[in-house]
Order: sequence, then structure tokens, then C-alpha cells
Amino acid sequence: MDNATKTRVGMTLSEKILARACGREHVSPGEVIFAKVDVLMSHDPCTPGVASVFKKEFGAQAKVWDKQRFIMIPDHFTYTADSQANHNIRVMREFAAQQEITHFYDVGTPDYKGVCHIGLAEGGHTRPGEVLLGTDSHTVTAGAFGTFAIGVGITDGAFALGCGETLLLVPSTIRVNYHGIMPVNIQAKDLILVLLKQLGVAGATYQAIEFGGNIIDELSIEERMTLCNMVVECGAKNGIMVPNQAALNWLKTRTNIPFSILEPDSDAHYTRTIDIDVTALNPVVARPHSPDNVTDIDNLANVAISQAYIGSCTGGKTSDFIAAARIMKGRTVVIPTFAVPATKEVFHQLITTQLDGISIYQILVDAGVRLSSEPGCAACCGGPGDTFGRVNSPVSIISTTNRNFVGRMGHKGATIYLASPYSVAATAITGSITNPTRFLA
Amino acid sequence: MTEISTVLRGKVYVLGDNIDTDQILTAEYLKINPASDEGRHQLATLAMCGLPSGSLPFIDPLTGRSAYEFIMARDNFGCGSSREHAVVALGASAVKAVIAHSFARIFFRNCIATGQLMPVTLQPDYSVEGVKTGDIIEIDTTSHQIMTPHRSLKIAPVGELAGIVAAGGLFAYARLVGKIVANIHD
Repeated sequence: MDNATKTRVGMTLSEKILARACGREHVSPGEVIFAKVDVLMSHDPCTPGVASVFKKEFGAQAKVWDKQRFIMIPDHFTYTADSQANHNIRVMREFAAQQEITHFYDVGTPDYKGVCHIGLAEGGHTRPGEVLLGTDSHTVTAGAFGTFAIGVGITDGAFALGCGETLLLVPSTIRVNYHGIMPVNIQAKDLILVLLKQLGVAGATYQAIEFGGNIIDELSIEERMTLCNMVVECGAKNGIMVPNQAALNWLKTRTNIPFSILEPDSDAHYTRTIDIDVTALNPVVARPHSPDNVTDIDNLANVAISQAYIGSCTGGKTSDFIAAARIMKGRTVVIPTFAVPATKEVFHQLITTQLDGISIYQILVDAGVRLSSEPGCAACCGGPGDTFGRVNSPVSIISTTNRNFVGRMGHKGATIYLASPYSVAATAITGSITNPTRFLA
Repeated sequence: MTEISTVLRGKVYVLGDNIDTDQILTAEYLKINPASDEGRHQLATLAMCGLPSGSLPFIDPLTGRSAYEFIMARDNFGCGSSREHAVVALGASAVKAVIAHSFARIFFRNCIATGQLMPVTLQPDYSVEGVKTGDIIEIDTTSHQIMTPHRSLKIAPVGELAGIVAAGGLFAYARLVGKIVANIHD
């Protein structure tokens, strides 16, 4: 071992995973490597493109590198009469059949899941220490399990599909520690919005964000997913956490594939360390038209809102609906409130999970929520005109989703506020932006 | 190595910070396959279709293609979604390059992986300030300079992924370095 090797600094969690994925002892930020891909995921808007590029570049008769590791999940435009959208799902079916893909969660079958990022976790495809690529920017969600998970385009997706590798620039890492005592009115959505405010929409471009601190260790797996999910809104390549007991418990019943739990070295180099004490936090809201346009919810008290939405990979998990139900139980919404479970499993859990003897499903429906039984991305990204919950007029809307860009949920004139499930539910009850604290007594 | 003319000249459309992929191509059009000829054709007419109401038209109604050869923007161009459709829409619509203070990661990667759109980053001390939509600009890729009506701007080096840009895309690069076989024909 030469001197340079001896004096190398330790590695962050992302660097460790990438070193292993390229078969080396050590990697440093700025290096370009070919890394082995453990899992590749693609959904309905991108699989036709991935398949086209794959056939063009590897040949019409080419076989995918590993039929068990390419996970196909239709989720964006699954319940629509749009013929082009439906055509894409037929293309997925043909490709899956031709390539004998093991995990194709086809809509209209018992295998259907819904939103790919939650479906990946439910299927046990998000394993610690692995490299996961997805043709969707919110693929970063899987970092909650200690997976190096990044979003890619269809060309990169097709490349990985053919050769099982990807060309990566090793990112430098920002360390973010959340510590203190979690207030009862604060959710992971508030925690990530607070970070977005601090970093700005490009504050972590090309970088990894590694989360730590006692709060991260204590969070439920669903809340950890919410945090990692939105790191892309500050430009990060990935978000990642050392798996906690909640993450391991989740995986126990969902995968038999062995995995390794890696941790960052104690002398790992971070470009920046951010410490956030959550003890005195108040709920926050991202105002139109940027996820980093964040302010204390009390600064927006009495801002009138005409529609509410609960759903997506960010805010459509079982725990998000339980949170909404805690606020809505015995109350009635005063504005149209749409709710779309991320996956079929989430939908079933709304029926089987009870709060004081009443199902979450019943609480929400009794409150006047329009609860869809068609899991998927739905109105988070607008979608075809017949999408459930789509914003079709220039109204103000509050949502548990991840982006509030102009036109994101349909109409270009709409103004979108992003907030936690608690805050969205409280606002649906009053019709103006409302701090949920008073409903959580 | 792809040979491109060293001086590109044309009209520019000027935008601000954080132009997200929903503005470049609204999510409902993700149903179009950007890797098919038909899809490219459709996407060409839709470039920048998500700009806020009241924006200057981007598409020339006569040609159905971009009325501008270039886009100039400030920081974080292409933020948001990983949709390669956005890059293809601009490229297919005859946009030759996007010049910006900085790019969002996945958009930049999609530009160079596909080789369908040139992402040009300005050097830190230079700004698109003062350039107006409709101005004629020239990009000199040999001297790494951009001439605007008022001054010249310097182009930053591509950085670590320059090999892919030089090869003309990810697959071309991978063949060049022997990562995948050079010829797919059986």
C-alpha cells in the first residue's frame, strides 16, 4: 500500500456503496466510474423510450442484462381513456412478455402496485448498500433504506438495461443532521421543506445528501422516505440514510435477497454539514411556484384555499392518510379534497387500519374527502384531462405532493402550496391555510 | 468525434432562473415516446409548451418548430423531472444549444447522454444579463466564446463528463472505451 492510500480520507455512505459497485477499495468525489446496477426501475411514461433505445443500441433480439432486476411499474397514466397513454402500457406488456421480466406490476392485475417508488419498497426492491436506477427523478426515495438511488433519463436507463452498469460521476456529500425532540405537529415533510428553504432549489446540485442525527434514527420508514423523496427538489443526485430498525423491519418480510448494511466512515469528508434542531420547529408551507419558497405556516394564516390534495410518492403513503385522518376525524372538509393512495397496498391499509375503532377509509369518506380507489401518480403531475383530482381551473390548492411549479398539477393559472398531511388536512377543514396544532390536542 | 461547425449563429429566447421540466414539456406529454420518429415529430411542436400564460410564443406557427436557435437562461435550467422528453423536445424543435449560468443535474446528463442538445455553461463571472429575446448571438465552440449584441461571454469547460460530449453521446462513448461491443449487427 502506497502513502497516498494510507492517507486517504474515509468515505461517506454514498462513496462506500459506489466503491463496492465498481469493485474498488476507494472512490473520491469527481471520479467518473462504471458502477454495477443492482436494480433498474422504469414506469409507463419512460419504458417505451427505454425499450426503443435498448433495441436500437443492443439489437432487436437483445436480451436484458437481468430479467429479475429490471422492475416494471406502470403508475403515471394508468386510469385514463387517453389512447396514447394506454398504448404505452401495452408496449410495457409486450416488452415484459418478450423478455420474461419477473417483476412487472401490471395495471388491472392482482400484481398492480401504483406509484413506483412506494411499489419498489413494497416489493422489497429497495435494499441497503445497493445501486438503484429509476427513470424518474423521485427514485431518490429509496435512499431511506440505505440504497444509492438516483433518477436517470431513458438513454441511461436503456444503457443499464443492456449491460447492467451505469456511468457515474461520484458525488461529493452534504451531511444533514436532524436532532432534538420531534414536536407533535411536525412531520418529515416539514423537515425537508425546512432544508429546501436553507439550501434553495439548486443548493445540492450534483451532490449527495446524507441524513443523520437522532431524529433520522427514530423516524418511521415512511417518514424517512418522504425526506429522501424531496432531495431532488434542491438538485441533489441522491439522498441517503443508514438503515434504522424500522427500515430493516420493513424489508424482513419483503425480500429474501441478502444485503449489506454499510455506514459512513468516521473520518468521511463532507463538503458541508448542516445541523437542524427540530425541537422548536413550527409547521411550514412552500408557496407558489417553487418548493424552496418556504415560510412558517402562521405567516400564511387566512390565505384562502379552494382545493386540497393528498397523494403521490411524497404524501400518499399509509402514514400520510393516518395523519390526515387524525385531523379530520369527526370533522368535515369545506373545500373539494381529493385523496389518492399511492399504491393498492396503501388503499387496503386504509380499510384495515383503525383510529379509535373507525377505519381510516371511513374517517376520510365521512369527512367528505373524495377518496380514489385507483392508486397511482394521478394529479401530482397533472396528467391527461380525465385524471382524478387534476386541477382544471386557476384555483389555489394545498397539496401533500412534491412540486408546485407553474402548471404542475394541470392548470397553468393554479397556485400550489405544498405542506405536510397534517397541514393539508387542517386547511381542508377550514378553507384557509391552517396550522394543524390546534387539531392535534 | 462529432464534427460540428465551430460557429453557430441564430436568434435567442431569454429566460430566468429555475426553468423546470414542466415548463419545457408539460407532464401530460410524457405519454409520447421520445425515442421514436413519430414521438420526436410530436415533441418538436411542444417545446416550451409549459411556459406561463402570456409568455412570448416559442414555436413559430408557420413551421411548427422553435422560432429560436438558442435559449439563454440563468441558474438551474431543467430542474425537476428526469424526463428525457424535455431534451428531445428542444432538440427536435431545432434548438441548437441552451446557454445557462448552471443546469440541473439530470437535464444536463440527458443532454450529453443523448447528444441531442448542447448544454453550454457560462463561466462564473459572465451573465446573460442584457441579452433580450430576439437578439442574434454567435457561439464559437473553438474559442469557447459567445458573442451577444453588447459583449462577449466565456464558456466554461464541460468538466468530468467531457469524454461523452466529445464522443457524441453515452452509447458512442461506451463503444469508444470498449464498455459495449462496437457493432450491434449480428
